[in-house]
Amino acid sequence: MCLYLVLVLSVFLSIIQAVDRSNFKTCDQSAFCSRQRAMKPGQSSYRALLETLELSDSHLTVQLLNNNNKVLLLLELYRLQGNMTRVKINELKPVKPRYEVPDVLITDPPTELMSVVAQDEHRVVLSLGGEDWRLILSAQPFRLDIMEGPQVLLSLNSRGLLAFEQLRIQGEEAEEEVDQPGMWEETFKTHADTKPNGPSSISLDFSLPGVEHVYGIPEHADGLRLKNTDGGDPYRLYNLDVFQYELFNPMALYGAVPVLLSHNTHRTMGLFWLNAAETWVDVSSGQGSSEVPQTDVRWISESGIIDVFIMLGPRPNDVFTQYASLTGTQAFPPLSSLAYHQCRWNYNDQEDVSAVDQGFDEHDIPYDFIWLDIEHTDGKRYFTWDNNKFPQPKDMLQGLLDKRRKMVTIVDPHIKVDSSYKIHTEIRSRGYYIKNKDGGDYEGWCWPGNAGYPDFTNPEMRKWWASMFAYGQYEGSMENLYTWNDMNEPSVFNGPEVTMHKDALHGPWEHRDVHNLYGFYVQMATAEGQIQRSGGLERPFVLTRAFFAGSQRYGAVWTGDNAAEWGHLKMSIPMCLSLGLVGISFCGADVGGFFKTPSAELLVRWYQAGAYQPFFRAHAHLDTPRREPWLFGPDNTALIREAVRQRYTLLPYWYLQFYHAQRTGQPVMRPLWVEYPEDIATFSIDDEFLIALQPGEDDALAQTNSPPVSSGVTAYLPGNGEVWYDVHTFQRHDGAQNLSIPVTMSSIPVFQRGGSIICRKNRVRRSSSCMENDPYTLYVALDSQGNAEGELYIDDGHTFKHETDKQFIHRRLSFTANSLSSSDLSPDSQFPSASWVEQVNILGAQKPDAVTLTTTDGGESSVEFAFDPDTAVLTLRKPGMNAGVNWTLHLR
Amino acid sequence: MSCALLLLLMSWALAMRTGAAVEIQRPRGVPLSSEQFYEENKPFTCLDGFSTISFDRVNDDYCDCRDGSDEPGTAACPNGSFHCTNAGFRPAFIPSSRINDGICDCCDTTDEYNSGATCQNTCREMGRKERESLQIMAEITKEGFMLKQQLIHEAKRGQEDKQGKLTELQGSKKDLEEKVEALRTVKETAEDPEKEAKERHLKAWGEQKELIRMEKDKTRMAEAFLELDDDADGYVSVAELQSHLELDPDSDGSLTETETQVRCLPSQENNFYHTSKLQGCSPFGEIRRFESKIGDLHDSCRSNEKVWAGGLWMTTGCMNLEKEIGFDFGPSAEFAYLYSQCYELSTSEYIYRLCPFNRVSQKPKFGGSETNLGLWGQWAGPEDSLYSVMKYDHGQGCWQGPNRSTTVKLTCGKETVVTSTSEPSRCEYLMEFTTPAVCQEPASLDEVLQGHTEL
Repeated sequence: MCLYLVLVLSVFLSIIQAVDRSNFKTCDQSAFCSRQRAMKPGQSSYRALLETLELSDSHLTVQLLNNNNKVLLLLELYRLQGNMTRVKINELKPVKPRYEVPDVLITDPPTELMSVVAQDEHRVVLSLGGEDWRLILSAQPFRLDIMEGPQVLLSLNSRGLLAFEQLRIQGEEAEEEVDQPGMWEETFKTHADTKPNGPSSISLDFSLPGVEHVYGIPEHADGLRLKNTDGGDPYRLYNLDVFQYELFNPMALYGAVPVLLSHNTHRTMGLFWLNAAETWVDVSSGQGSSEVPQTDVRWISESGIIDVFIMLGPRPNDVFTQYASLTGTQAFPPLSSLAYHQCRWNYNDQEDVSAVDQGFDEHDIPYDFIWLDIEHTDGKRYFTWDNNKFPQPKDMLQGLLDKRRKMVTIVDPHIKVDSSYKIHTEIRSRGYYIKNKDGGDYEGWCWPGNAGYPDFTNPEMRKWWASMFAYGQYEGSMENLYTWNDMNEPSVFNGPEVTMHKDALHGPWEHRDVHNLYGFYVQMATAEGQIQRSGGLERPFVLTRAFFAGSQRYGAVWTGDNAAEWGHLKMSIPMCLSLGLVGISFCGADVGGFFKTPSAELLVRWYQAGAYQPFFRAHAHLDTPRREPWLFGPDNTALIREAVRQRYTLLPYWYLQFYHAQRTGQPVMRPLWVEYPEDIATFSIDDEFLIALQPGEDDALAQTNSPPVSSGVTAYLPGNGEVWYDVHTFQRHDGAQNLSIPVTMSSIPVFQRGGSIICRKNRVRRSSSCMENDPYTLYVALDSQGNAEGELYIDDGHTFKHETDKQFIHRRLSFTANSLSSSDLSPDSQFPSASWVEQVNILGAQKPDAVTLTTTDGGESSVEFAFDPDTAVLTLRKPGMNAGVNWTLHLR
Repeated sequence: MSCALLLLLMSWALAMRTGAAVEIQRPRGVPLSSEQFYEENKPFTCLDGFSTISFDRVNDDYCDCRDGSDEPGTAACPNGSFHCTNAGFRPAFIPSSRINDGICDCCDTTDEYNSGATCQNTCREMGRKERESLQIMAEITKEGFMLKQQLIHEAKRGQEDKQGKLTELQGSKKDLEEKVEALRTVKETAEDPEKEAKERHLKAWGEQKELIRMEKDKTRMAEAFLELDDDADGYVSVAELQSHLELDPDSDGSLTETETQVRCLPSQENNFYHTSKLQGCSPFGEIRRFESKIGDLHDSCRSNEKVWAGGLWMTTGCMNLEKEIGFDFGPSAEFAYLYSQCYELSTSEYIYRLCPFNRVSQKPKFGGSETNLGLWGQWAGPEDSLYSVMKYDHGQGCWQGPNRSTTVKLTCGKETVVTSTSEPSRCEYLMEFTTPAVCQEPASLDEVLQGHTEL
């Protein structure tokens, strides 16, 4: 009876406290979405005019004619290096230029020769390289098919949903065109949106035969695998500040990456829809023709052009490489930013900061960063400090520096309109604010009250913004102060959908064109500022809430204002996995949940989960009770301490993964299917994940909905023939099985894959910087053949010298034929490291008779060892070699 | 000494390469009291008895004991403990994970023997400072404790008086209630002049107060008031109390509570509220007001009001006394003197007011209404010092949050004063408050100092 009551109450609460949906548009309430979606699949009205076809070395162009209104479009096809195809469609002669997204691609993508294989009046067949890769352009109706041999990999406009609303001048429209509602002006709630050049939306459909699983297009609070949107709203991409967002919902959130991945046992592909305007994506999976499963995807954007990159894989890692070649890789963060972050809205004053800092030491819990939210400023004037609460910011920062710790302050992009505030007067006098449709400075309400919004799309503005982070400009800042960009969707409290009016102006472009790019540019300019203040020496750390394709180049992202609920804890996994798939690896969720108050159990579980996610920060809303790790009794403090310490021991491993992510574009936190692409059982799993190749399964989560005592969870260990070792007990399990794991409050089920070697630093200090010279412990997990491989990466942890001066150590560790050896992966680089190897644990080993160490100087010594027959773990005691040299350990 | 240090450094460096270590005398990080467990060149048994290792593995920068006892002087064990002698200051244990981490923890710098950190030996300076502050604290404690004895004494007397007063009050209350009933009739016939009279009264109030005070000695009051006079806590200095009353315009919570019981007429309620605001609600203040106002019995309206107030006071007085007697004022009632008092602290934005055993409030300095930060809840210190923390709760509700509440931390001081306020968590306030009432019997200063300068 009691339970029943509680249940009813919680449902009631969730109804009244969850997002106010009426603040945000459905597709029906968005004029262009509703217009476009009203168009049903059928014969396309577009025809390719093959007589206009031109083929150059780099690309092919051909005109498309809309049979209904005779408007001409220009189609451009590019074959790009690395197995990609780019399709661009624009108006042939628009009344004014249409927006093409700049700054997201890292280069003009290099092309490859495209040749015509066959041509008649109905179609042109082009070679995409290889033996049998073809692109078929059909004229009437217009469609594109990408083939491998006889097999269609992907079709464009096969459902005839290409639609391209041409810009027009009011009153000069062709007679046959009938105005539909919302073409020239639409109103949402009290907000009017004017469209001086009328409707401008675009739409295109893609069919993926043989595909049942599609992923990506973050950010949504939804499962990893995208759902069918038939009968509901499409997934929406429009950066919005959504108050208390709902789970399992296609509503737009803070960021948008218009990249979708398809996967089946044979092939992984990607679609990158490069458009920064409001976008809706329909996903429909079902049976295609001839009983083959098929997924249809349809993209609808409000303005701009069609510019789509088709990444043909075929393996998951190929798609990541292809996408990284377009938009870049994850910025290599300072090592300390991978450690634990303590945040709260707000740490009240210097004494509070110092007391919290002290609290961590008293309870012997490491942390690296303490964060200050908006209340630290003088009246929400960013780059300033509240004089009463933070009278001596440098003293405070020095105090942290003395403990080798760091701080982050928030710098939001809304600027208080106040003639005595330097930042404001400068931006105003330089004309850097976004303008309203009538040409005046756009103003809206945000934290400081009336605020202006700098035009971050303007490179001059970004340059100026970056200069504001110079130590001389940002008073009270020091080298251990970093930045957090919040509210950069942008959030406008009194604007339509809590954001900016679409008819506001960024130079010649409407906000409608650039909306999803705004947050991307804010973080870009801020990161640039941090690099510049150190003379280009130090790596930046900037956290952003809003993002776009390419944001991975500028720092970290978090999943915004979540809530202290089990469902939100669980959702943190698919949300970060989805971001990882589209390049943004440095992702995390507010540990504990931002809104509401977590129970001690939820908080502990969240720490245990967060400790194994890339960005690990606890955060809390202003109105919630304090929740520093030691406020929940000694037992819970101990559990949280243990979780945070586990994170710190694995920092060398996290750092290595981010080094790889920067070099290769591979995600750090990966869905199981990425590593086991042929194992269908993994395709829908989103409560387990791999950190690179080692799965951490967070099943704090699997049990999330059955509070307090849960006896166990079942987790899928992937890989036929694979061996997995429990990292805490070293118990060995076979892959390709559902493993039932007993769960207690202290357990975090994490497994190391047989065949891998992981380097940890088991000496946990107060902060990551204190661990710099500490020794390593190696965990060599043998596979079924008795082999293992791993890597070790070391540099100074915070500068660009690994890039500019090749100052780093990168080594391969390999165990084979009873020998473990370390060899140099980068002989032309060097870095002096004081770290050495204090212990080696070989999991799944047999007892040797003797162990000897051979070093390059020819020295040979015997190494003491202990063997535990119960766990089959061989522990080598203090072999002692420096981490940066060649050596071999022989087991005899 | 420098020789020994050199040797240690060498041996440490050596240990890293070969695993062999040489130690001298008491191993690094071991306190004198544990020295006997670390016998040079004899096998070392981990302090938990779990395993025994050769002595050269003590402090060899590799963790052999589960309890960390083999590595007190290195960071090798996650649970090790390092002892700094800190000559000149106070010895301390630090987690051995803080050894050679680049941060100076021990004032004698012994924790950073191989990290490159440049630490200054600050033990002497810290010792001196600590002795100074201990001395000051000891003096405060001493004086505070003497004051506390006085408070206990007064509280004891006050308690007895109050018990007696309560008994009497309960008797006379009945008489007064009858009088009230009679006057109510008069009042009803005199409603018209009432409003005018009230305004007049308000204007004249300040003057009257003085006047009536002078009249007090010569004017014969009604019988009820004579009784009251006798009952008043006469031995508490009037001037002293009044100085607090001025600071205390609105501790009228209990009165308004009573009003509902006595069913004041609305028009009078206002007036009453106003006057009570001027006078405060301490029993003493009540008596003053009652005495002064009863002075003019010819004005029917006002006398009506006066008797109302008298009745009110009787009831209130009874309730207050009952309530007061029922309070837990500490083991020796040493906190009784705080009852009916209020203490303020002014910050840049707010004036905070603590009225012990009653409420905590906050008023914006530059306009805006007062916020209730909590009503007296209970003593909330830890088991061994219950009376070191007061908890006030059920204050004004917070948007999306709890009702406001305040934790008051009491520390020993000569003065009774609010020293700081903060809001560590939204709507959860923290106040620091000094009072002699929490001062503990001081150990002799010599003992205190000796205890801290050992070694």
